[in-house]
Amino acid sequence: MKLPNISSPHTTRPFSTSNVMLNVLMALIPGIIALTYFFGPGHLIQVLIASTVALASEAAVMKLRKRPILFYLKDYSALLTAILLAISLPPYAPYWVTIIASAFAIIVGKHLYGGLGQNPFNPAMIGFALVLVSFPVPMTTSWSAPAELLPAAFSSGISFSDAMTYIFSSRETIDSITSATPLDAYKHQVALATESEIYQNPLFKGTDHSSFIVLAWEWVSIGFLLGGLYLLWKRIFTWHIPVSLLASLALCSLIFGWDADSFVPTSLHLFAGATMLGAFFIATDPVSASTTPLGKLIYGAGIGTFIYVIRTWGAYPDAVAFAVLLMNFAAPFIDQYTQPRTYGHNKPKRGLAAKK
Amino acid sequence: MTSFIVAVSALVILSLIFGAILGFAAIRFKVEGNPLVEQIDALLPQTQCGQCSYPGCSPYAEAIAKGEEGINKCPPGGESTIQAIADLLGVEPEPLDAEHGTEKESAMVAVIREDECIGCTKCIQACPVDAILGAAKQMHTVIESECTGCDLCLEPCPVDCIDMVPIDGGLPAWHWDKPIQIIATDAGNTDALNEGKAA
Amino acid sequence: MNTSFNLFDFVGGVHPAENKTQSTQSSISSAGIPEKLVLPLTQHIGAQSKPLVNVGDTVLKGQLIAAAQGFISANLHAPTSGKITAIEDRAIAHQSGLSDLCIEITTDKQDKWIEHSGIANYQDIDASQLISLIQEAGVTGMGGAGFPTHVKVSAKPDAIKTLIINAAECEPYITADDMLMQERANDVISGIQILAHILKPESVLIGIEDNKPKAAEALNLALKESPENTLIEVIVIPTKYPSGGEKQLIQILTGKEVPSGGLPSSLGIVCHNLGTAYAINSAITKGEPLISRITTMTGNACAAPQNYEVLIGTPVKHLLEVSNTDIKNTSRLVMGGPMMGFTIDQIETPIIKASNCIIAATKQELPDPAMEQACIRCGMCTEACPAQLLPQQLYWFSKSSNLEQAESHNIADCIECGACSYVCPSNIPLVQYYRFAKGEIKQATADKLKSDRAKVRFETRLARQEREAAEKVAKRQARAEAAAKKQAQKKAAPAQEASDSKAPPAADIELLQKKFDATKAGVTKTKEKLAILLADENADPEKIELLKGALTKAQTKMKDAAKVMAEAKKAEKASAFTSSDKGDPNTPERLKNKLDLAQSRLETANKRLEEAKAENSDKIEAFETAVTKQLERVNDAKLALETAIKTSATNNVPASVDLETLKQKVLAAQTRVDKANERLNMAKEQNLETVGALQTGLDKQTSKLVDAKAALEQASTEEAK
Repeated sequence: MKLPNISSPHTTRPFSTSNVMLNVLMALIPGIIALTYFFGPGHLIQVLIASTVALASEAAVMKLRKRPILFYLKDYSALLTAILLAISLPPYAPYWVTIIASAFAIIVGKHLYGGLGQNPFNPAMIGFALVLVSFPVPMTTSWSAPAELLPAAFSSGISFSDAMTYIFSSRETIDSITSATPLDAYKHQVALATESEIYQNPLFKGTDHSSFIVLAWEWVSIGFLLGGLYLLWKRIFTWHIPVSLLASLALCSLIFGWDADSFVPTSLHLFAGATMLGAFFIATDPVSASTTPLGKLIYGAGIGTFIYVIRTWGAYPDAVAFAVLLMNFAAPFIDQYTQPRTYGHNKPKRGLAAKK
Repeated sequence: MTSFIVAVSALVILSLIFGAILGFAAIRFKVEGNPLVEQIDALLPQTQCGQCSYPGCSPYAEAIAKGEEGINKCPPGGESTIQAIADLLGVEPEPLDAEHGTEKESAMVAVIREDECIGCTKCIQACPVDAILGAAKQMHTVIESECTGCDLCLEPCPVDCIDMVPIDGGLPAWHWDKPIQIIATDAGNTDALNEGKAA
Repeated sequence: MNTSFNLFDFVGGVHPAENKTQSTQSSISSAGIPEKLVLPLTQHIGAQSKPLVNVGDTVLKGQLIAAAQGFISANLHAPTSGKITAIEDRAIAHQSGLSDLCIEITTDKQDKWIEHSGIANYQDIDASQLISLIQEAGVTGMGGAGFPTHVKVSAKPDAIKTLIINAAECEPYITADDMLMQERANDVISGIQILAHILKPESVLIGIEDNKPKAAEALNLALKESPENTLIEVIVIPTKYPSGGEKQLIQILTGKEVPSGGLPSSLGIVCHNLGTAYAINSAITKGEPLISRITTMTGNACAAPQNYEVLIGTPVKHLLEVSNTDIKNTSRLVMGGPMMGFTIDQIETPIIKASNCIIAATKQELPDPAMEQACIRCGMCTEACPAQLLPQQLYWFSKSSNLEQAESHNIADCIECGACSYVCPSNIPLVQYYRFAKGEIKQATADKLKSDRAKVRFETRLARQEREAAEKVAKRQARAEAAAKKQAQKKAAPAQEASDSKAPPAADIELLQKKFDATKAGVTKTKEKLAILLADENADPEKIELLKGALTKAQTKMKDAAKVMAEAKKAEKASAFTSSDKGDPNTPERLKNKLDLAQSRLETANKRLEEAKAENSDKIEAFETAVTKQLERVNDAKLALETAIKTSATNNVPASVDLETLKQKVLAAQTRVDKANERLNMAKEQNLETVGALQTGLDKQTSKLVDAKAALEQASTEEAK
């Protein structure tokens, strides 16, 4: 038989792209469970809609590009994008918001730039930013209250059929379950009240004031934190981005907003909203993030700072999406100026010197 | 009214500041002379063959710099040279002008069949880089390491004893090819890809 | 043991499955003497060795059969006794699969040694002598690279502070050094001591991975048994790939980094492989040149994986047979380890001095490479790289052939260890991309050097031509002035004007000539292209039109250039004519010469036409036009000659025909005829091809002689009158 002539190495680690994606999907599970437990089945339905649309769009684009469809769907990257998008969206957003966000994320955010590995921006965040800016009303009024704050009619939680109704058809009675998110609430009330007054609102500490930091959201954040730590342990990504993101966010909050009577407190910044999700799952998206170790630190720190700035002085209560997109712009430039030193060289070649 | 004045004066002051910065940069970082001709010449392959209808690479570079000539007239340079000049000048690369010749597959050198050489020195006069060794009524031979493969010596030879031979570097010149990333573009290949095998 | 030794670490590295236990179950056996041995002449880095034997010679075991060429080269010895049966190109152990010059020995199974002896007390011998003994023995690096050892041990005195012995053997599957240490530790230590004696370092460190406990034990035991050594330390390092790389091992043991593009000797460190130390011991203490090595034969297709002592030049086929390898089940044959080894596609490939392992792998063991997917920029390659490079960036640059950027991102520092490709989740063959880019960079650098040289030669040539033209002009001017002065003595103004209107600078004419040649070349090319297209039925009619237009353009350009040039030449000739000292070109003699020349040219043109017609080549038309032109010229010449003769007849040639000059002319013609005759006879004797040409020459000379004699007679009769 003919012996081949192949370049070394002749063996590889049995760990492929789909393994990476599957690990990330698994790490999302604790957070999703927490979300569903506290906020009802809305997120699950969004996940379903988003995944279907994402896979369908990816298949359609691959067909147009004359590539084998199953091969490209099996790397689970579209699925991952869809799920990240779905859990960022409010649980009871109308179905068409999800469909538009998902299709836009895959087609424009990923494939128009060249497909897997070529997109400069995080596709899930592109989809999210599009619908947030285009449809502000559904995006801000579809957040549900945590289970224990729901009116008596929903004492056993929001049922599946109710969820389907809110998402797909009539949204007349949706006001009974919606409320502001803790970040949103604190931000708007802080101008008029002090911290202790704001915390009277059961939205923050629960009806029995038993929550450590913030009702329901703390568990969601812990869920995502656990998932992120699992991924760190599996070495799917390195510690640089999550640590620098959280550290810079905390630092900004402590330096500028230490007075909880005038600013949103640090604990809320870290555990309410999408901070943990952003730190471990969104900012670490390898395709759109910086690649050098020093660059990752700068990138993460930039996102953390932007999150703080936009949340405090910007119009939006939660700013992870915009912060990530803004730093995605900067990632190539950061890469160019943070080249590491190679073995045997005295100094790294950075910036214009690297172009020589 | 005051807000209007404030806005206008703010814009005026800003534009003055930035205009000053630009002007300073224009003077401080000014590039002397026209290094363009040398830069273009550095990209040309220096075979001095005249296929571009200029007597050498420098005149062609000058013509390009003056804008008198297109950048696609050099067959020995081929596509890569056209692309490089296009990048340098910031223009669109054009396909090689067939009028002036086609890009050859591999580099060539001229070889004189010494048995048939009559020692007329016509090829020596024709070689733009003086790569042919010889004298009147003496044997002529091509110095292989200096020959650029321009084939200007073929024409003048009255006994037609010069051949163009592709260069073979042998073992020291061998290197790996670029790996081919196999992407099925025909629906017919999808089965193999779906099973994960190389097509 | 290294209880107090401070170990460092290098960044990155991977932990592939070791697969070493398969081949350590049995001790080293001999692979025996194969039927034939194939010895490549370049088994080392450096110049190819030159064969000293011829086909048909009988050689003894250990006899020198090829000599090193230069300092960086190595000797080659016959691994066993036998007869030289071939010195020709054969497939060699190289990833290209190309062939190179090899010496083939057909063995006689006698295994007869040549006279040789070792040195009992090498400590009494001085270092330079030991180095030349190592050089004579043809010892090269046995770790895989094959650098001539005598070069590496030729350090300046006191230059080396640390001698490192590389016993790490970090690649999976390979256990050659492991078994060598387990079974022949004493010889190994002796070899290391010889090295220490030559280099006189301050410390000697043997770096060994912790997956070889038995080998470390054996080494320590051997050290204890040779008490005169106090320098050598066995340092056990953590198992990680590629800790056996020279740069990485130095970093682990000393914490220092070898400067990029530099050598470890600049840090006062030198690194030798364990097997090389063993070979040095054999060379010095036993007088045996490097003729065999320990090679691991392993892989799932191999029924009895173990280490063999193999004669250099043994074809892999022999080793496969000895080890009972199922060649049909082997889907990949690798020489070296799985991370850096190369594939062999011909089983006749010989084992060389640097072949440390052969892996006969089944399909499940080393599966076919998977499809390359898109890079997701995960950064796992950057984490694995031991040279602290950015493999991801190098990948993008290599893929897009952006060689400048690849170079500035230090692709030259890549040691091609394969750790990045190993971890890549998208199965991208990163190392192959880098090898491709490195090859392209080398090629591009060589091309640039060549084109720079071509430019310099071109400019020198232009300068030379201008200089020659200027000299011509100056000479012409000088002559013109001299003639003008003479004329001025006779006439006044007109001569002055003539010398004033000198030729247009000859440089112009040179330039015009060049331009003309360039346009002519362009016309011929376009003509050929048009001919091809016209012959092609499927040619695009638009293209043909385009080319036709181009052809007419080129031809007009050529005609214009020719016109301009002709005018310039005429002007030059006209002004030169007045001061010409060539005499009247219209004498009957000169015209007769012209006629003869034209006639001979016509003959050659006719001949060429006949040849072309016989071959039916496409130049027939051209030759026909040439023939017609020559014919015209012959007729013109004839006419001119006749008119001249008539006029000269009427003018009554006043030439004071000097009888003496005529006599001399006859004598000269006679000598020429004699010489031609001699040459012709010689050619006839030797039966050379030039007989025909010489005959024609002789005939010409004889006719000239007859004419000269006739002229002399005529003149003498006239004188007599």
